[in-house]
Amino acid sequence: MYWINRLFRKEKTESRLDAELRFHLEERTADYVRGGMQPMEARRAAQVEFGGLEGIKEECRESRKVHGFDVLLQDLRYGLRMMGKAPGFTLVALLTLALGIGANTAIFSVVNGVLLNPLPYPHPEQLVGLHASKPNFQNGSISYPNFRDWQRENRTFSAMAIYRIDAASLTGLGDAKQVRSTFISADFFPLLGVSPIVGRSIEKGEDEVGAAPVALISRDLWRRKFGAATSAIGKSITLDGKSYTIIGVIPADFDLVVPGLRASAVYLPIGQLNNPLLQHRAAGLGIHGVGRLKAGVGIEQARADMDRISRSLAAAYPDDDKGTAASMAPLKAQMVGQIQPFLVLLLVAVGFVLLIVCVNIANLVLARSNRRMREFAVRLALGASKRRVIRQVLTESVLLSFLGGGLGLLLAAWGTRMLLRTLPAALPRAGEVGMDGRVLAFTTVISLLAGVLFGLIPALKTSRADVITPLKEGSHSLQGSRYGAQNAFVIVELALALVLLAGAGLMIRSLMGLWNIDPGFDPSNVLTFGVSLPPSMMKASAEEVRTAFRAMDSRLLSVPEMTAASFSWGAFPLQSDDEVLFWMDGRPRPVSANDMNWALRYVVGPGYLRAMGISLLRGRFIDARDEEKAPYVAVIDEAFQRKFFPDDDPIGKRIHLDDGDDHGRLAEIVGVVKHVKQWGLDTDGTHPLQAQMYLSFFQLPDQAMRLASGGTSVVVRSTAATSGLFTSIQASLRQMNSEQVVYAPDTMEQTVSNSLAARRYSFILLGGFAFLALTLASMGIYGVVSCMIGQRMREIGIRMALGAQQIHVLGLVMAQGVRLVILGAGIGLAAAMALTRLMVSLLFGVSATDPLTFLCVVILLMLVGLLACALPARRALRVDPVRSLKCE
Amino acid sequence: MNPMDPRTELLKGTLDMLILKIVDLGPIHGYAISQRIQQISKDFFQVQQGSLYPALHRLEDRGWLLAEWRQTETGREAKFYTLSRKGKKQLEAEVRNWESIAEAVFLILRTAD
Repeated sequence: MYWINRLFRKEKTESRLDAELRFHLEERTADYVRGGMQPMEARRAAQVEFGGLEGIKEECRESRKVHGFDVLLQDLRYGLRMMGKAPGFTLVALLTLALGIGANTAIFSVVNGVLLNPLPYPHPEQLVGLHASKPNFQNGSISYPNFRDWQRENRTFSAMAIYRIDAASLTGLGDAKQVRSTFISADFFPLLGVSPIVGRSIEKGEDEVGAAPVALISRDLWRRKFGAATSAIGKSITLDGKSYTIIGVIPADFDLVVPGLRASAVYLPIGQLNNPLLQHRAAGLGIHGVGRLKAGVGIEQARADMDRISRSLAAAYPDDDKGTAASMAPLKAQMVGQIQPFLVLLLVAVGFVLLIVCVNIANLVLARSNRRMREFAVRLALGASKRRVIRQVLTESVLLSFLGGGLGLLLAAWGTRMLLRTLPAALPRAGEVGMDGRVLAFTTVISLLAGVLFGLIPALKTSRADVITPLKEGSHSLQGSRYGAQNAFVIVELALALVLLAGAGLMIRSLMGLWNIDPGFDPSNVLTFGVSLPPSMMKASAEEVRTAFRAMDSRLLSVPEMTAASFSWGAFPLQSDDEVLFWMDGRPRPVSANDMNWALRYVVGPGYLRAMGISLLRGRFIDARDEEKAPYVAVIDEAFQRKFFPDDDPIGKRIHLDDGDDHGRLAEIVGVVKHVKQWGLDTDGTHPLQAQMYLSFFQLPDQAMRLASGGTSVVVRSTAATSGLFTSIQASLRQMNSEQVVYAPDTMEQTVSNSLAARRYSFILLGGFAFLALTLASMGIYGVVSCMIGQRMREIGIRMALGAQQIHVLGLVMAQGVRLVILGAGIGLAAAMALTRLMVSLLFGVSATDPLTFLCVVILLMLVGLLACALPARRALRVDPVRSLKCE
Repeated sequence: MNPMDPRTELLKGTLDMLILKIVDLGPIHGYAISQRIQQISKDFFQVQQGSLYPALHRLEDRGWLLAEWRQTETGREAKFYTLSRKGKKQLEAEVRNWESIAEAVFLILRTAD
């Protein structure tokens, strides 16, 4: 260790210096003795001639350049001693610093892992997310035939793959279980550079329709169900009643979170997707893609290339591909784009907290350095340069901030984990968040900056200290000059507090706006979950599936406390979307799918209206009459009516539905219901697709009905809170058949609340930070005003003795505090106006400079500020003129 | 030497150069340096220890002098100084500088005659 070496070398230098000078003395003495002196006399003479040994030594030391490192060690030792002498101050400063730096480090490590670090795949900059843009969807589903054509004809991608998430009943390995599955094309994992830890990937051709069924499984499933044995490769696994051969295991850290993809338990070739629509060029099955650009190809070049292919496909297949084109965006932007403003807001807010902590500690240091004025004056008087004193004070504060930073790092290690657990669950790349070199560098830099920030002003003030006054008068001087800085600190704290208050205020206004929005349904006491029929039903006829679902339906209604239940297939508010194409009866069938009319499709039972609490506006809702043999019916919403029947009565009108294989079945509109916020409480209105259509679950075409047996949703309403309900439902349905799986329960309130999670977290954090800031700022004002009163006690006494009214005295002492509050509020207001623009994307129904919010927070700040002035000011009123005058 | 003595001022400005010159003659310890300066200058300069040792340490710190502990003829350990390459250059520069100053001063003094 260098510095230990240094210490020893210093010891050696000292003893050598002593030896050298003593040698001189002895030689001189010896010369005198040779000249005939008595030894004793000779020694004295030599010593007299030599002068003060220690003085010379000191001059020798000083004539060497003072080494920065020695000074640093000296200052550090001194700083540690000073910290030990003021344990209260040290503790408070260290803890607040640890909190401030820890919070910053925690949030930065999330920002670093999510936003800054490249994706954990080779050449991540070449990866793009692929979609099909259609009239109603910017990032719509890619059809399988189109994908094959894109793959074949593009010149700009080195590889291209598609994926579609799904769920499957896993049977034959313990209890029947619903697992996440993803259908992928062969290039998916090789393109990302992910190789199986055991076995192999899906090979070309294996992903085609009709190929032998193979499966990749997750490491987790491999461990739980196969004891992580290599012999699992080649074994078979039964999903939705179909047997797949296991060919490989996907590493645990594979976690790609793009809209439409999540980590799954099994990955199956896209060709195995059991859906007749797979081969339809116009189908929207929720398939999306990833691509890897060839080296050196930019995304614009790739866009041009794909546009060329889209045009030729639209020309070749006008029925299906007119209006459809490829769209793409860098994969990373797609993964983290949504979360970016939220994280940036958090980082800025937490940065403000650190600033406030710094200002607060600067205030403490200033108060302390005022008490240490004598010490500094002594140093200056003994000849220390001002730079030397500044350096020492700065060393002390940086030492403090580094110790605080060290503690903060520990805190951050814990805090990051807490943050990840409490942040919106859908935080992409959460698994990649951790401490790395950049996080450590960040912590070091903010610690250093914090130390300099809160140390510099006190240090500069200290060095300007007058040498004489403190020595003469003890510790009670220089208060006046301290005020300037203290006032500035209080103003800064107030301004920071106002900015945070404004942020929190805008968030709560947004949240209130959102809470008051009528989603079109009543989420209280509503529970949703998934059910799948036993895998043995996979090969059953549509008729048998309907019978099984009917039995399940009546079983559900027999569960106590249940007031309504309905199957739900297709779209579901805030959760999933599904579309139906149609054209008006009496018009010719449009040639292209994109020329047809589009509506969201909710395929539900009679109980849906009651279960969801949607209001019926006209006509009737789907009821028990609407079974498979009855004429097809449809119920539409207000938006549908506005768009397609602006002038007519829609009831009784007929439309041709183009869903699935059933081209053009005719349905009659029997009712109109209220619009439901499908796309989110906030953004629903901005989505191009607004028209909603309800169809009867039991009138699902046969093919779709058979698909529904593999998994459909159920929505139920109960009389009271829905906590124990799911367990009784599960028990009840298991009794019917043990292979029947009930999964993924979610209360509707939870779903609504999740959709507001980012905003809620922003509000909670901003609110907490704002509260902290306000408290610290109030303490600052309190301190300034009480100090001032203490100093002007005599003046107040005189005024009162001369007959000043209490109200005048109060005004006198409050004036200063009020000035600070007004200045702080003013500066804060200006800063807030500039900074709240950062959060525009998180706001709803309120502008970033909403006057009402700003007025409210300014008033709040003023009130709290005035209160903080008024408390100490009361002391001034109790001043006894006689005593305060006698005192002096 | 009396502090008011003009020789004190003169020595202050030239001590470094004188030390370098003496050390240039061969490895030598501090005591011998002071003796040597006194002898050669025929007692004109008397170097005080209070100036000599700080000067030696300063020159060593600048890298002009190298120091080494070794035995004297009487078998005692002493710190011997030698001139480094940098020191040699410095000495040459200072000597040149001193000569040009001395020359200039002479010129003025003669003209004034």
